[in-house]
Amino acid sequence: MTTASTVKAADERVRSIGLVRRLLLKPELGAVIGAVVIFVFFSLLSEVFRSPSGVANWLDPAATIGIMAVPVALLMIGGHFDLSAGVAIGTAGITTTILTTQYNMVLWVAMAVSLLVCLGIGFLNGYLVVRTGLPSFIITLSTFLGLQGLNVGVTKLITDQVQVQGLADEPFYDGAHAVFAGTISIGGQDFQIAILWWILITALGSWVLLRTRFGNWVFAIGGDLGASRNVGVPAARTTITLFMAVSAAAWFVGNTQAIRLGSIQAVAGFGQELIFIVAAVIGGCLLTGGFGSVIGASVGALIFGMTSQGIVYAGWDSDWFKFFLGAMLLLAVLANRFVRRYAEESGK
Amino acid sequence: MTATPMLELRGVRKTFGNVISLDGVSTSVRAGEVTCVLGDNGAGKSTLIKILSGVHRPDAGELLLDGAPVTFAGPRDALDAGIATVYQDLAMIPLMAIWRNFFLGREPTKGRGPFRRFDSRTARAVAREQLLRMGIDIRDPDQPVGTLSGGERQSVAIARAVYFGARLLILDEPTSALGVKQAGMVLKHIVQARDRGLGVVFITHNPHHAYPVGDRFLLLKRGRSLGDHAKADITREEMTALMAGGAELEELAHELERDPASPAGRVAADLTEEASALGIHPDGR
Repeated sequence: MTTASTVKAADERVRSIGLVRRLLLKPELGAVIGAVVIFVFFSLLSEVFRSPSGVANWLDPAATIGIMAVPVALLMIGGHFDLSAGVAIGTAGITTTILTTQYNMVLWVAMAVSLLVCLGIGFLNGYLVVRTGLPSFIITLSTFLGLQGLNVGVTKLITDQVQVQGLADEPFYDGAHAVFAGTISIGGQDFQIAILWWILITALGSWVLLRTRFGNWVFAIGGDLGASRNVGVPAARTTITLFMAVSAAAWFVGNTQAIRLGSIQAVAGFGQELIFIVAAVIGGCLLTGGFGSVIGASVGALIFGMTSQGIVYAGWDSDWFKFFLGAMLLLAVLANRFVRRYAEESGK
Repeated sequence: MTATPMLELRGVRKTFGNVISLDGVSTSVRAGEVTCVLGDNGAGKSTLIKILSGVHRPDAGELLLDGAPVTFAGPRDALDAGIATVYQDLAMIPLMAIWRNFFLGREPTKGRGPFRRFDSRTARAVAREQLLRMGIDIRDPDQPVGTLSGGERQSVAIARAVYFGARLLILDEPTSALGVKQAGMVLKHIVQARDRGLGVVFITHNPHHAYPVGDRFLLLKRGRSLGDHAKADITREEMTALMAGGAELEELAHELERDPASPAGRVAADLTEEASALGIHPDGR
């Protein structure tokens, strides 16, 4: 390093500019503070909340939301929404369950077909967005409505019910159950294996975003699509891959739900798409793209899990949950707005 | 002056439908020289850049690279030939860190297969070092580009182009949106690039920015060349007069000269004064 001395001198100046401002630019900071506050709050209110069984209990919904929130956050950083992410969970579970129970397909094969269906949905979303240049909000609103109709329509057509049952009696169910819906015992307390998957997916997603070329492109296309194209970023490929990652996660969660319960409702996943987006926004993702954090989104999911269960443990009416979530979201959006204004202010 | 020009235009013409954007324009850029392209809005500067950077192909005339005729099929071809264009919008993402922007689209990697990853340590170090070489001491490569001033952003864009092997730098109005001090900084970088042996095409409408750094001046007006001059052949005043279109300036003075006491009248008096300082006389000669 020939420039070592200069670099050192410059580094010292960085400190003096202010740790606070630098920390504020960390997108996940707000979510982490929020999570700590919420944990302390409910721990004080309820002993069960902070007991091992309580922890296992609120980590479970957090994991399911978190597995989805990770790719949803990546997609948002890339500048897009996927409103079909919720109902795609239903589509994934229904496809697997129907193929296995009604058409005697081997469970693992049915899951592979279900994965192909999901990747197809993601590809379609991404391809339409890239080709038409229409807002992803509109494109995925139409796939959302389409899938919602298909989920219920096909399920009714085949089973005459609004759910598909009987997965637990199929061969290979036990193996699939161990992978997707098993439990891990830590200190005598059983934890859902989904929690482990959630942590792994968060680590992978964060690594991809921050440490790979693809991650750099995700930030770029969300920040300024035209400019990133000018410097040779493969914008179309990146966008389509992001949509496919969301639907792959929906496959995972949909199959986890079906395998855990042995059955799936035709309306599974409906309405959850907004929760994933809320988790990502609480985690510091800007609605306009180009900025955000995968870890933040996972912490957002954690907040969601803690709040939904904490309100029950505290003995409150569960209606308060939505109010709480609304307040969190508003706070998060206001914090993000500050970050964006700081980051975009020029001249110093 | 005897060296073969790096890039040369001969009698270039470009039309869009029935609009003649450029006609009979010739100029050249040599290594270690700055060619300034001056012209008012609609003079054809943008079309000229797009021809040089491979976006458009001329309808007539020739483009010579190192003395041999070339045709660029697209911007990629021009880039491969070492011609880098720094556009006004800069192709930078405001919310992204400087080092991420610097390598955007050409990220260095390490590792293999699924472990191939963005070599962020190298990227940070190189970005900082390249900017230091240009005399820009960025406070922190992790700063978002949006927090940089306009001049600093231009500098990052220029440093990036130079680092990625540009021999010829085309700068599209790099000083137009900047304050005096910032513009001075960008001019300094233009001189630095020139001194490192790069050819520079500097597009501007400001003769006061062009004259101090330029070695050759191409003046455009309504798609036609008003002349392609070496610095020795033209003075700043002549250039400014040609640029400003002395006649128009003077006409404007007349129009405003209704009431000498009104604000408009005072502007008119100033304009007349300026016009005569440029060697244009009120009687229109």
